[in-house]
Amino acid sequence: MPEAISIRVNGAPLSVSPGTTVLAAILSSGISMVRRSVSAEPRGPLCAMGICFECRATVNHERHIRTCQLLCAPEMDVRTDD
Amino acid sequence: MINARKPSPHSYDVLVIGAGPAGIAAACSAAESGALVAVIDSNPRPGGQIWRGETREHAHTREAQSWLDKFAAQRIEVFTSTEIVDKIHPGLLLAQSNGAAREFAYKRLILCTGARELFLPFPGWTLPNVMGAGGLQALVKSGLPIAGKKVVVAGSGPLLLAVAAHLREHGAEICLIAEQSPFQRLASFAISLLLSKTKFTQALAIRRKLSGIPYKTSCWAIRAEGRDKLESVTLRRGSKIWKEPCDYLACGFHLVPNIELASLLGCEIRGGFVRVNQFQESSVQGIFCAGELTGIGGVDSAIIEGQIAGYAAAGESARTAQFSREKRSAAHFTDVLRRTFALREELRSLATPETIVCRCEDVQFSRLQSYPSWRAAKLQTRCGMGPCQGRICGPATQFLFGWKPESVRPPVFAAPLESLAQAGARASEQAVNQ
Amino acid sequence: MSPPVYDVLIIGAGIVGAACAAACAREKLRVGIVEAEMIGGGATAAGMGHVVVMDDSEAQFALTHYSRTLWRELAPELPSDVEYDPCGTIWVAADEDEMHAVAEKKRFYESRGSRAEILDTRSLRSAEPHLREGLPGGLLVPEDAVIYAPCAARFLAGQAQSRGAQLHLSSVATEINSEGARLQNGSVLTARFTVLAGGAWSSALLPGLAVRKRKGHLVITDRYPNFVRHQLVELGYLKSAHSTTEDSVAFNVQPRKTGQLLIGSSRQYDAEAPAIDHAILTRMIARAQEFIPELARFSAIRSWTGFRPATPDKLPLIGSAPGRDNLFLATGHEGLGITTSLVTAELLVDQLLSRESKIPIAPYLPNRVCEGVHA
Repeated sequence: MPEAISIRVNGAPLSVSPGTTVLAAILSSGISMVRRSVSAEPRGPLCAMGICFECRATVNHERHIRTCQLLCAPEMDVRTDD
Repeated sequence: MINARKPSPHSYDVLVIGAGPAGIAAACSAAESGALVAVIDSNPRPGGQIWRGETREHAHTREAQSWLDKFAAQRIEVFTSTEIVDKIHPGLLLAQSNGAAREFAYKRLILCTGARELFLPFPGWTLPNVMGAGGLQALVKSGLPIAGKKVVVAGSGPLLLAVAAHLREHGAEICLIAEQSPFQRLASFAISLLLSKTKFTQALAIRRKLSGIPYKTSCWAIRAEGRDKLESVTLRRGSKIWKEPCDYLACGFHLVPNIELASLLGCEIRGGFVRVNQFQESSVQGIFCAGELTGIGGVDSAIIEGQIAGYAAAGESARTAQFSREKRSAAHFTDVLRRTFALREELRSLATPETIVCRCEDVQFSRLQSYPSWRAAKLQTRCGMGPCQGRICGPATQFLFGWKPESVRPPVFAAPLESLAQAGARASEQAVNQ
Repeated sequence: MSPPVYDVLIIGAGIVGAACAAACAREKLRVGIVEAEMIGGGATAAGMGHVVVMDDSEAQFALTHYSRTLWRELAPELPSDVEYDPCGTIWVAADEDEMHAVAEKKRFYESRGSRAEILDTRSLRSAEPHLREGLPGGLLVPEDAVIYAPCAARFLAGQAQSRGAQLHLSSVATEINSEGARLQNGSVLTARFTVLAGGAWSSALLPGLAVRKRKGHLVITDRYPNFVRHQLVELGYLKSAHSTTEDSVAFNVQPRKTGQLLIGSSRQYDAEAPAIDHAILTRMIARAQEFIPELARFSAIRSWTGFRPATPDKLPLIGSAPGRDNLFLATGHEGLGITTSLVTAELLVDQLLSRESKIPIAPYLPNRVCEGVHA
């Protein structure tokens, strides 16, 4: 049984299976809005393959990370827009 | 000095960009011919879109299994989560992997950068849970639970069927599949599938998986509704308009090739695709292209072209002759796909004046209509100036307004400043060493 | 022979041409504008949009100071997409020698009516917390501003049109003579006076004109709101702008209203290709990182080049073209085209109407550069 990975999304702990992308983790925690657009509209992913940049979130304090291309790693700190 | 650490380049006979079916086939063929081969891919794992999530331990098709086994059997270096940033000079590319810069030197380059979905703007398309068809599938493969969720699949292309089948297998409730192409075109397409035993078998398998799901032709989504996220989709078919409550809308209008890197490297683009000769070599000597870059033809075409490119790049052009018959029928299929899933005129009128066209910069349709060119619109409205570098709104505005795209400038994908700066560090070093 | 269609025909709808058109139309002159491509598509689009007072020379100060005042007066009328932002400039000193230069600069500005405030190490960090530690200080020029120039050019061209000017876009002028201009499609536009405001392309229409291309690079990042609050320029920028032979880079970072950071700057002579020069881009980014280390990890989304139209003495050519009937020049603005577009328009209109200007015009007259201006 592969070991689950623990991350934090907006401060809340979340447990995911290895191979889960940060984006999938965010969405599976019930969040649909990953970011706010430049005119503050709620947005979620569109292409899910690294092209549209709608899935950007702050990961381990680095902004503008495309979460669809990043696998969850232990203790990752993920922050979405509010 | 930007970085104390100055990485020396990895150096290869054949460098393959993209680890989808085309890239995997190309790498195998080149390695088999004795070349030192590396493959670079932006995703965390190889497979591209079609084989996303396929592994040797859990392959869903015999074809994927067989190719992944071959891939593992050859001595090929694979660099995942790695994106090309820029060309340093001919034979040397700058890449970045999770922000760290890396260089790749090569004698021959094979571009297999695949395709992305074409998105057309319509009211509500920016709501959370409206995604591409391939997009939702990619998400589910990356760990998104979809069981029990209602999904409307819409847009155009054979991808819609594959996506619907896959989502259903994972427990989604597919409300319907809305294909914009008219019935007559699809009927001809279905008939053409009879020409290939494998395609026919695949089609029957998909049909079985989709039994009970309405497949409506000449049908498209005209609006997505919801407050903070999607709640329903309004569809149109002829004069009939109705609303489908749903959790997700998986909507994509067939595919456009990812030609940006090829363009940056100077490869001639014709009709939106990279022009190649019978050995898959582009107009730039030593740069080969295979797969969707040369025409949207699906996995079969990708594998054939990948093999041709791999052998040719490794100096074994004679071995490409064995593919000529398959190549011809793949080219024919590519042509059939193009004609079958061409976008109809009515889709140009989906957007209303308030509909956002450029999602990065929130530029509405009404602001764009009056401009004669992509560049004029870009300068005045910022459309296309966001982080996606026009990859989403570019093809849409080409369809809506007939605008031609501009030349590509680095970075190929948004990259940390210090990574972008590495290109010059190496260039300066070369100059000094000369 | 029929009378000329226009009183003034302006070649080029960059920000300088557009400003000239607006001013001429304001004076009830019949104005035509000929533009090869689109409004504001040359250096206007490629550059930084910095409205700045410079002390390189008395003439440069007079020009930039007067023009900055014109921008401040125009600001309330500018539409929001011009993004006029009176954020001010901070000239950053990298060492003690440069701090001496800061003191002199302050004296120069203040004695000529431009506010300037010396910042020491602490007040510099307070004004811009992300600048690296250990900088001795700088000079804050609070009345400088930043605009988004292509939209400003469009606004000015629109002002001209609302006053009756006619705009001919996608119209390439192939020849200018004493009657007006001939276009690529064969048609002829006649005017009493023609004004060449072709920026880096002026020399193509007037062979022998001493305006050379000076290539620059820029990079823009994703959005990092409030990270930088002022336009930040190193004092060493002046050395870079001074040089007439060497390739040079200087620290120059601009906060855009979007929160994106625009990073420059570079200068190269004899570089006519529009392709990115990686060696220069690297030096430029490295220089920026020396002042703001955190920039290293910022997401760069686009890089590009542009060509500044440069004259031998770094002052623009505003006035009657020597040895040519009915031809005026409004070109050669190097890196100050955005700032001085408005004053250029005023000085030009004054000369067309034979009236005195608010500042002495001799330093900018084309006939000052006798050997270079005409063949």
